[in-house]
Amino acid sequence: MTKIVVDPITRIEGHLRIEAEISGGKIVNAWSSSTMFRGIEKILKGRDPRDAWYFTQRFCGVCTTVHSIASIRAVENALNVKVPPNADLIRNIIMGIQNVQDHVIHFYHLHALDWVDITSALKADPARTASLAASLSDWPLNSTTYFRGVQEKLKAFVAKGRLGPFANGYWGHSAMKLPPEANLMATAHYLEALEWQKDVIKIHAILGSKNPHPQTFLVGGMAIPVDPDSQNALNADKLAEIAGLLKKAKDFVEKVYIPDLLAVASFYKEWAGIGGGVGNYLSYGEFPDPVSGKLFFPPGIILGKDLSKVHPVDHKKIAEYVDHSWFEYSGGQGKGAHPWEGETEAKYTGPKPPYQNLDTERKYSWVKSPRYEEKPMEVGPLAKLLVAFASGHQETKDAVTLVLKHLNVGPEALFSTLGRTGARGIDCLITAQQLPKWLQQLEENIAKGDLRVHVQEKWDPSSWPAEAAGYGWHEAPRGALGHWIKIKNGEILNYQAVVPSTWNASPRDHKGQRGPYEEALIGTPIADPNRPVEILRTIHSFDPCLACAVHVLDATGNEIIKVQVK
Amino acid sequence: MDNNGYDDKKSAAEQHYDFPQMLAERGVSRREFMKFCSAMSAALALPVTFAPKIAQALDEVKRPTLVWLEFQSCTGDTEALLRAASPTVAEIVLDILSVDYAETIMTAAGHLAEANLDKVVKEEKGKYIAVVEGSIPLKDGGVYCCIAGKTALERATEVCGGAFATIAVGTCASYGGLPAAAPNPTGAVGVKEAVPGATVLNLPGCPLNADNLTATIVHFLLFKKLPATDGFGRPLFAYGKRIHDNCERRPHFDAGQYVEKWGDEGHRKGFCLYRMGCKGPETYHNCPSQRYNEKTSWPVASGHGCAGCSEPMFWDRMTPLYRRLPNVPGFGIESTADKIGLGLAVGTAAIFAGHGIISAVRGEDKMEGKKREDLKHDKDRR
Repeated sequence: MTKIVVDPITRIEGHLRIEAEISGGKIVNAWSSSTMFRGIEKILKGRDPRDAWYFTQRFCGVCTTVHSIASIRAVENALNVKVPPNADLIRNIIMGIQNVQDHVIHFYHLHALDWVDITSALKADPARTASLAASLSDWPLNSTTYFRGVQEKLKAFVAKGRLGPFANGYWGHSAMKLPPEANLMATAHYLEALEWQKDVIKIHAILGSKNPHPQTFLVGGMAIPVDPDSQNALNADKLAEIAGLLKKAKDFVEKVYIPDLLAVASFYKEWAGIGGGVGNYLSYGEFPDPVSGKLFFPPGIILGKDLSKVHPVDHKKIAEYVDHSWFEYSGGQGKGAHPWEGETEAKYTGPKPPYQNLDTERKYSWVKSPRYEEKPMEVGPLAKLLVAFASGHQETKDAVTLVLKHLNVGPEALFSTLGRTGARGIDCLITAQQLPKWLQQLEENIAKGDLRVHVQEKWDPSSWPAEAAGYGWHEAPRGALGHWIKIKNGEILNYQAVVPSTWNASPRDHKGQRGPYEEALIGTPIADPNRPVEILRTIHSFDPCLACAVHVLDATGNEIIKVQVK
Repeated sequence: MDNNGYDDKKSAAEQHYDFPQMLAERGVSRREFMKFCSAMSAALALPVTFAPKIAQALDEVKRPTLVWLEFQSCTGDTEALLRAASPTVAEIVLDILSVDYAETIMTAAGHLAEANLDKVVKEEKGKYIAVVEGSIPLKDGGVYCCIAGKTALERATEVCGGAFATIAVGTCASYGGLPAAAPNPTGAVGVKEAVPGATVLNLPGCPLNADNLTATIVHFLLFKKLPATDGFGRPLFAYGKRIHDNCERRPHFDAGQYVEKWGDEGHRKGFCLYRMGCKGPETYHNCPSQRYNEKTSWPVASGHGCAGCSEPMFWDRMTPLYRRLPNVPGFGIESTADKIGLGLAVGTAAIFAGHGIISAVRGEDKMEGKKREDLKHDKDRR
């Protein structure tokens, strides 16, 4: 038995550490630990609830819009505010393009180097690379000249002997299976995607002033005015610019990302049988219709990989446990706390740094363990698609069926490392194709003369009830995100976020059940314990975002208990 | 010698650092490069005639090493860098800088990644540039942020202490930022406070404007020294002027034309956001001229007030977001607003040197009286 430690896990957001036991060339046990804590919810106490989105946005600079959205929704839910259609549609476009851009960055810049060997691309034949690429799509850059150019750049870079961020990579590893031509194609698109991502996200700058951390969110609507007759508002000129960028986004996803995903996946089909995980899936659904409020992607729960039944989601069944997290509950161990009713005190009991190993028998992470009816749940694009697929959502059924057919595998292949990575691509495709429709709806609504972006009546805190409680859900790029808020006398009494990576990165719970990362690692083959790229494949397939995942409830708990007594 | 200015007969080492050739290899034309240099001279507030000089300075670059450390961060500053304004060339500048360690983008993980960092610290002592993103927690022995089993403080002391210079990107690395907001649960501080012996330049902002980072590096290459800074360690070329004095909506302020409600006629016509809580009158940053995402926009241009994100402790001093600043009357703004700016600057500078900034600011700050009351019941704050 060998115990290995991977710390830091790179190409993620935040600080994540994995400890794993290996026996017979496979992982037999694993522990997921987050090693950073800030306590933002504690900082939020006593502040203006209308400011919360600006604070929570800084949970994460990668999923840079999602905590703003969940926060304003939580406050709007608490105050019973319905935003105008323009605000709903602008939010849909902001969320949608975040989803599309984030997934592409994840695939190329965070995940690809687990599967793609850049050094092998040096040996590729550019002409054969071009014909491979042309067989997959009609992207205009699929030429021999183009791929030769990229290869020459690469050769010059490598010849200089300083690989910078690519130094010490998994080059030549026995787990790398792509032929040189596929490696060259993927490397070229790694560089192209770097350009593409900063262009398409200009939509956030147009609608939100900047990215990362757009700044036009408001409780009750949006701070970007709409007026076709003003140069200081969202007008025809800006709408046309957004339309152009949405087309650019969709073209790249359809003609580069999806073909690359399918090409890479076809060489790694054994990963459709690895990394299955806990088998329970939770999705909150997303993209409300501004009139009906109906969500484009439906919410739901799948239990035990059973696609024949979709269960409804009830937020009251969510509870967080701290039996293996560095927090204390006054009522002792073994009990869960609903986000509204929790009480937590940060208490580090791990080894004094510098340390070699964590005490994984006891507490070993700053991430808590959220459970749904005491069950660990996986969240993310795979959960979202499984729920939509099993609910009969037409766009999802069509896209999933197409991909499974192309790879010649059945739906059971989805419950895997490869399934997670594939689902992210399908999610990206569906969203990229849906985005122009929301823009069209927005244009039609403006054409009708509706210029409203904000509801006034609940803006002034003097119009609020003395006490209010609410929650806001958002199906973020990394999955089911929820914020819970309690407001008292116009101030935040308590704030709690249960975010996608809290679900996925959670340590063991009160029953000793592993969290989704931990469970998914069991059975993962490790060819070389000194270079465990296979761990990265499965962990990256979840797209970890650790700064988001770590948070704390109110420090004392007393006030919350008082509220309950009332 | 061809018209790109490089010689085929140069030695391998010379060619190694031959910038025009590197550009050519990356498919960047001389014209594109000069465009980048003009953009940089704009960011640096230099006359356009400096552009050729910047190009020359980059030509002579000897590929310094850069390591990028993340502590209590949200990775927003790394993401900002990925959106840099002249990206084709910004990427090349990164390449020229040899980014040997950056957790978010590097291929290697675990001990393989750490080996890259150890190598730089050991073999290039005093020569490399360290960039730090995120604050450093000092409370409880630093257990609130550990990487590879070491505390953020231990890493920062080792890496920043041995660097030629450290650039703190974003407000968290500069001054503690969000984690240091009251009640500062983890005792978070900025790099300069955590590692007083290090040479630290602060580029605050939430996140920073990546153009200001590129411009700082170019400034260093061009003038062979770090840029001049204000009392908060911020380069004057980017933080030397007040947002309010450069704001495109300033004429509306002077004319007494304000947004009164979100979405009202004044909002649609681009009136001044002061009454909606804009913190531009107290904030020093080049947002109005430099803007974000290839100069597409900045918060005030889009319709939301400035949050004051480049100011130390803005999380406590500038909030609530939508409360208008006191003592900025509609007319006679010049003297009053300047006085407010100066008053705050002096007040914060006096205590910036030592520990306990947060509690001191909290005690001194009279701007947000209500917030102070809100916080006084919190026992942890000191």
